[in-house]
Amino acid sequence: MFCVLQGAFVCGCFHRDPPADVTIMNGAEPESLDPAVVTGIPEMRITKALFEGLTRLDAHTARPVPGLAERWDVSPDGRVYTFHLRTNAVWSTGDPITSADVVWSWLRALNPATAGDYAGQLFCIQGAEDYYNGKLKSRGQLGIRAVDAHTLRADLNLPVPFFLDVCAFPALAVVPRTAIEKYGDRWLHAEPLPTSGAFTLGDWRLNSRVRLLRNPRYWDAAHTASGIIDLLPIGSANTALNLYQTGAADIVWDKDLVPFELLDVLMKRPDFHTFDFLGTCFFRFNTTRAPFNDPRVRRAFALATDRRRLVKKLFPTGEKPAFHFVPDSTANYHPPDGLPFDPAQARQLLAAAGFVNGKTFPGVQYAFPAAAGGAGNVQGKIAVELQQMWRDGLGVNVELRQIERKIFYNAQSRLDYDLSASSWVADYDDPNTFLDLFTANSGNNRTGWKNARYDDLIRRADLQTDTARRAEFFRRAEEILVNDEAPIVPLYFFEGFNYFDPEKIEGIWQNALDEHPLQYIRKIRRRASDGGGAPNHP
Amino acid sequence: MHFLKRLAYTPLLLLVISLLAFLMVHAAPGGPFDRERSPASPEIRRQMEAAYHLDEPLWKQWLRYLGLVWEKDQAGHWRHAPASWDISLRYRNHSVGDIITQAFPVSLLLGALAFGFAMGVGLPVGFWSAARRGGWQDQLGSFFALFVVCVPGFAIAPVLILIFAVKWRLLPVALWGSPLHAILPTLALGLYYAGKVARLLREGMLSTMTAEFITAARAKGLSETSLLLKHAFRLAVLPVVSYSGPLIAELLTGSFVIENIFQIPGLGVYFVNSSLNLDYTVTVALAVLYAALLIFLNLAVDFTYTLLDPRVNYE
Repeated sequence: MFCVLQGAFVCGCFHRDPPADVTIMNGAEPESLDPAVVTGIPEMRITKALFEGLTRLDAHTARPVPGLAERWDVSPDGRVYTFHLRTNAVWSTGDPITSADVVWSWLRALNPATAGDYAGQLFCIQGAEDYYNGKLKSRGQLGIRAVDAHTLRADLNLPVPFFLDVCAFPALAVVPRTAIEKYGDRWLHAEPLPTSGAFTLGDWRLNSRVRLLRNPRYWDAAHTASGIIDLLPIGSANTALNLYQTGAADIVWDKDLVPFELLDVLMKRPDFHTFDFLGTCFFRFNTTRAPFNDPRVRRAFALATDRRRLVKKLFPTGEKPAFHFVPDSTANYHPPDGLPFDPAQARQLLAAAGFVNGKTFPGVQYAFPAAAGGAGNVQGKIAVELQQMWRDGLGVNVELRQIERKIFYNAQSRLDYDLSASSWVADYDDPNTFLDLFTANSGNNRTGWKNARYDDLIRRADLQTDTARRAEFFRRAEEILVNDEAPIVPLYFFEGFNYFDPEKIEGIWQNALDEHPLQYIRKIRRRASDGGGAPNHP
Repeated sequence: MHFLKRLAYTPLLLLVISLLAFLMVHAAPGGPFDRERSPASPEIRRQMEAAYHLDEPLWKQWLRYLGLVWEKDQAGHWRHAPASWDISLRYRNHSVGDIITQAFPVSLLLGALAFGFAMGVGLPVGFWSAARRGGWQDQLGSFFALFVVCVPGFAIAPVLILIFAVKWRLLPVALWGSPLHAILPTLALGLYYAGKVARLLREGMLSTMTAEFITAARAKGLSETSLLLKHAFRLAVLPVVSYSGPLIAELLTGSFVIENIFQIPGLGVYFVNSSLNLDYTVTVALAVLYAALLIFLNLAVDFTYTLLDPRVNYE
């Protein structure tokens, strides 16, 4: 009787929805789906499917290709971009998407009240930073203009060669003015919600799922391969693997959702995929505090760090040791060699700085963040390895300190640390996304390190329109960063992971930005007669 | 009268609790916008904090939280500033009300199931152990109770998943969408409490059985069954009743570990994550919700006492 009652009660509490065509384990619960506000990769994957920009990233190469703009002209000095919007681009509600929508969306991203972390992505546009700071005298000074209903002109401060990449970034996506003005912060709950991308938002249940439905009015709807895609937030790597194993999920594509302890087993499977990814794991020195205010000490620590041993011991997935900061596969760039592993030279440098055999070296701490819920404690394992290397190579004992994530990043920003674990993932495929970090005024510098020559080289690279000369300026800057001054020590380049069965899922191509537009992903439904449907390529 | 008085104090008590929670969560170093990536310029960071009024003095933030701030608008008119308690600093497209209304029913269902399971299993086992004191039934029941109390849910859950979901494919591994999804989490969450209830009832029964009125009743020739059920059980269940107040509150507000393992969209995950993420408003709102539940459930427990045991009188 008791069981029957409980059973009846439970049955009444659930409602059934049609199954999704593809189910994806997407990582953390999205903090927001507002493209002007999102900061995390799981959110960006969804917002890109809902809201498109003037460009989008190619599913194979992650290079920018036409999005809502079907073509563009660039002035010879690389500072004026004229975009020609598609005349067949409409909102999911049927209204046309015009250049006025683009201008409004960009201004909204640049409005401090929107409170977007990535507002800075638009600062390459003339007057944009002043507009954000409220210093612009007239709107006419801002380099964003709707020339006519389908033409938009953007005037840049510098000849930014990656501006088309920036246009594909969520912060510059085109969002629905009517819904936002009507509903404010709750505009994503509008019904119907007008979207400019390949999907509409079917359902967004917190910590449960985001359901995307094919947008039949999308200009490229003919290539949208699936009708319903579910993206599930998952807090535990083991749960994600179990769900995948039992067929409840088709794709797992977040790095934090791979159980670290099972990596060596998983990577032998045909459905486990690894690929080069534009991201670097490194650590920062606090250059405002002794002893790391002395470049000799910093270089000594870099020379005593055996990156090859580190990756060999910790990563069976083939992470590559990093002696420079910008990953090798970055477009149009040849990074410098960086400091090798040389403990003898390291000891010499440390002795020259006044610490013979590490004696009298002050007590310093290596800070690292606590693992996010469910993720393996990789940073902790790296910290232990580094501690051992410096003890063996330099005779220095470094204390390890694990700190809760928010407190850790706050301490890093306030320069309240000695050595601090760090990582950086590219926003776009260009050395600038890495090297701009350590200019004196960058909010992400977080080392206290300032170098006028470095800043000058980055500025000169930014002004350069010739690709080879630009790369050379960047290379010389990076040499200062990783060889001469070493405010940071690169450790390894990230390897991307995902798992899905290529016999069952198609439309995912591996690329350096881990960019997999949802539009092309679909389940292969094999029929006994033909062995599968027609492949769907962009 | 006693209960009405206690009810009347509740709002004041909740206000004090919310103030304490507010002060404690703001005392933690860092802020909700501290991330691995800072915005491109410090001005963006400053503007973001200003947009959520985090740049104001703490007392003003507290008043704003309660909706007690009036400000001059651009035209110079005094206007009531909306209360900030409902704005999540992390889930910026969802209000705190959204989070609670979406997650609480899930925790409520899971909690009710686990409570039903804990009582449905714990009470018979405890009763049976006490009735057959010293026999093999007692040994078996006591071993069960001790075992499930000692092995935590996060150890039982993966074993249950491995056996029932991965090996035998009888039940779903995780997620929340059908009655089948509720079975394993109910077991993983409820087993511990079933053990606790069994132990409490057994001990209660054994101590009641030595009371004089039981001996008297037995001497009068009352049958053993009616003695145990009508007389001993009513008294012995009192510790279980007083335990069930905090137990229900604990179950209703969700279990972080079980919700995380089974990926259940309940409230427990927010309890832990909102404080780790320094999502001030959600943390305070959940602390108040939890406190309110505890207060009301304790009141209910005390009220139930007066019904079960005529000797109890609060007046």
